[in-house]
Amino acid sequence: MTFLRLYIRSPSAVFGIILLVLVLTAALTADYFFPGDPLALAGRPLVWPFESLTLPLGTDNLGRDIAAQIFHGARISLLIGFAATSVAIAIGIVIGAIAGYYGGWTDDVLMRVTEAFQILPNFLLLLIIITVFGSTLPCVTAAIGAVSWPAVARLTRAEFLTFRTRDFVQSCRTIGLGDIKIIFGEILPNALPPVIVYASVIMAVAILLESALAFLNLSDPNVSSWGNLIGQGRAVLRVRWYVSAIPGFAILLTVLAVSLVGQGLNDALNPRLRGR
Amino acid sequence: MNPILQIEGLSVRLPAGADRQFALQDVSLSAYHGETLCIVGESGSGKSMMANVVMGLLPTGVRVDRGRVLFEDNNLVGLPEPAYRRIRGARIAMIFQEPMTALNPLRTIGDQIGEMFRTHTTLSKHEIANRTCALLEEVRIPDAPSAMRAYPHELSGGQRQRAMIAMALALDPDILIADEPTTALDVTTQAQILSLLQDLQQRKGTAILFITHDFGVVAEIAQRVAVMNQGRIVEAGPASEVLNAPQNAYTRQLIAAVPPLVGPGAKGIPSSAILAIEGVSKTYRTGGLFSRKRRVVHAVNEVGLMLPKGGTLGIVGESGSGKSTLARCIVRLIDPDAGSIRFNGLDFATLGRSEIRKHARHVQMVFQDPFASLNPRRRAGELVAQGPIAHGTPRREALARAKELFALVGLDPASTDRYPHEFSGGQRQRIGLARALALNPTILIADEPVSALDVSVQAQVLRLLDELRARLGLSLLLITHDLRVAAQVCDRIAVMKNGAVVEEGAAATVFESPRHEYTRTLLGSVPGRNWKIPVTSAA
Repeated sequence: MTFLRLYIRSPSAVFGIILLVLVLTAALTADYFFPGDPLALAGRPLVWPFESLTLPLGTDNLGRDIAAQIFHGARISLLIGFAATSVAIAIGIVIGAIAGYYGGWTDDVLMRVTEAFQILPNFLLLLIIITVFGSTLPCVTAAIGAVSWPAVARLTRAEFLTFRTRDFVQSCRTIGLGDIKIIFGEILPNALPPVIVYASVIMAVAILLESALAFLNLSDPNVSSWGNLIGQGRAVLRVRWYVSAIPGFAILLTVLAVSLVGQGLNDALNPRLRGR
Repeated sequence: MNPILQIEGLSVRLPAGADRQFALQDVSLSAYHGETLCIVGESGSGKSMMANVVMGLLPTGVRVDRGRVLFEDNNLVGLPEPAYRRIRGARIAMIFQEPMTALNPLRTIGDQIGEMFRTHTTLSKHEIANRTCALLEEVRIPDAPSAMRAYPHELSGGQRQRAMIAMALALDPDILIADEPTTALDVTTQAQILSLLQDLQQRKGTAILFITHDFGVVAEIAQRVAVMNQGRIVEAGPASEVLNAPQNAYTRQLIAAVPPLVGPGAKGIPSSAILAIEGVSKTYRTGGLFSRKRRVVHAVNEVGLMLPKGGTLGIVGESGSGKSTLARCIVRLIDPDAGSIRFNGLDFATLGRSEIRKHARHVQMVFQDPFASLNPRRRAGELVAQGPIAHGTPRREALARAKELFALVGLDPASTDRYPHEFSGGQRQRIGLARALALNPTILIADEPVSALDVSVQAQVLRLLDELRARLGLSLLLITHDLRVAAQVCDRIAVMKNGAVVEEGAAATVFESPRHEYTRTLLGSVPGRNWKIPVTSAA
């Protein structure tokens, strides 16, 4: 309850959560407002928004309903955001926790591996993975997760490095607790707050990465995603800018929502800011 | 004689939601030239807040409600900031508990002391350097010119505190406020700093407002004493009167809690050893393969000790003497390089990881800091039950046992489902004790178990430790830097210095006729060693 009180103290964090709820609602009600396949033809191609009552946001260059694609696309964006973030957090926490807790050569090896991932530009690595494993939705999600974990690993490792020498961890060792129990039962709950905050950054980046892939026609073409729509609109950008701009605005709002929520979480979870 | 500083009816209000309404309530006292006034109290008594009021450095949200602080007939309360800045540092100076955090780590000592002159005087650069050097010599820092060029981390704790004192005394202030200036220092360094302060005071006639929790220090330096409790002064007067014939019940209680510095009478301790340590060494090597600054530190050097069955062995030493490393070697938080630790036919020094885990329950440890040694995200009962659960006791049974243990260490068994932050320091140390006892150990290792606690709580926890030792037939290894604490409960004492044991023997013998030079220095440095604690009826 105190956490909730701390969270709602910041107006921008509340704004972020309202935006996020709106996007979530769009995703959940997509089938209700726009039943059927969002990629089916709905009317003449390139109808401007607000011209037709049945097609409120117009159509793209193939004559598909943009509003339907936005609503259904929210599902894909959020799904990829959550799933890829979970993958990244899971890999990052395990590697960071083990490296930070054991130290020594375990740490050296794991951190060199992490750095190997970090020195490659994220997007380049993503393109390579997609090229090798194909561009189905699960594959794209896993690939985004696989390029986003190094920062989580480093963050978790840093937290573990400070916690492993704390007296309460030492005291758990003296009563004979096993390493796995100490790592995941004792240290992790204490190390989690900064990782949770960072998860919002990963989620925002994951949504952007998927959009970028779709823009290059490298994401799954069989699902309706915002990035795919922007990619479609590229061909008619000069005369029908709205085809790209509408999904672009949706991405902007979603990333903004996630970032504001992350900022709010940071302010609420960070005990140093409490007194302010 | 007129007082140089006079505090009259001072009340300071805390922000709403604090644990009490007033930090200070109706406080009146005065300080005179050339006199040391000690303000004694436990944590939260408001003694540091008083220093803040005088310096005009109140934390946000705290404000003076009533009263005056008169300095040379000027009321400091409500003085505008520019006027205050001319007084602060130049006329009223302050030194702090932790010199490392009070000094800027990025600037040299000379630069920081010179700042005082640059801010308050118009001396030339050359003159400032000369004055700074003279000051450092005055506070007896060895090799003053090179100390001027040193950064804070390059000096020892005692030298840093000397530099702070030099800085505070730079402009010959009328009043020096010292807020626990020796609490973070070793006992021998503390003795040096205290005598330095007294010496400087005699030469300069500064009034010293000395804030401390330690009655030994008070006995050492105070001319007058004010005892604080809950934001009020409960007793004030000449040191000899307050120390030897305290009137107030609270003062009497505080003084009764100070352990006397005499070895306990010989108890019939069996001579059979339960734990025999032989030739244990731990060496640290810093700097890697390619580093030019390779250093070898013998943290523990061929230590041999024995813990008598059912007895208490105290390991005494200053920081860096290796006493904590030794304790951690015994419970194998650190792996010793050489030697044997024999217990029950097992050699704890060479057991493998999984075997240590299995036998861990026989040797348990209580940690120093009650705030850091409990996982803040677990309930107290769970913390106590954790050990037995790890060793195979069913959860419900372990939690029920935790309640019994709570009663055993003097806590309310109903409070097992509270979190550690809801307990006070002394209570948390009791949880730590219950946690160690949950495994029915034969040996209990206590690493500075009371040094983070207030003196009255200290006495309670020590008494509890001793009681439980007798009742449960434990053997106790007590690690402490405080000779008074060691004197109170130990049967045998081992004195450590630079990783080696320099003297070991029955407590009474070590205290009455120490053989080693270093032991004599340690005993001679205990503040207030000549003060005979009055026997009162308050305890």
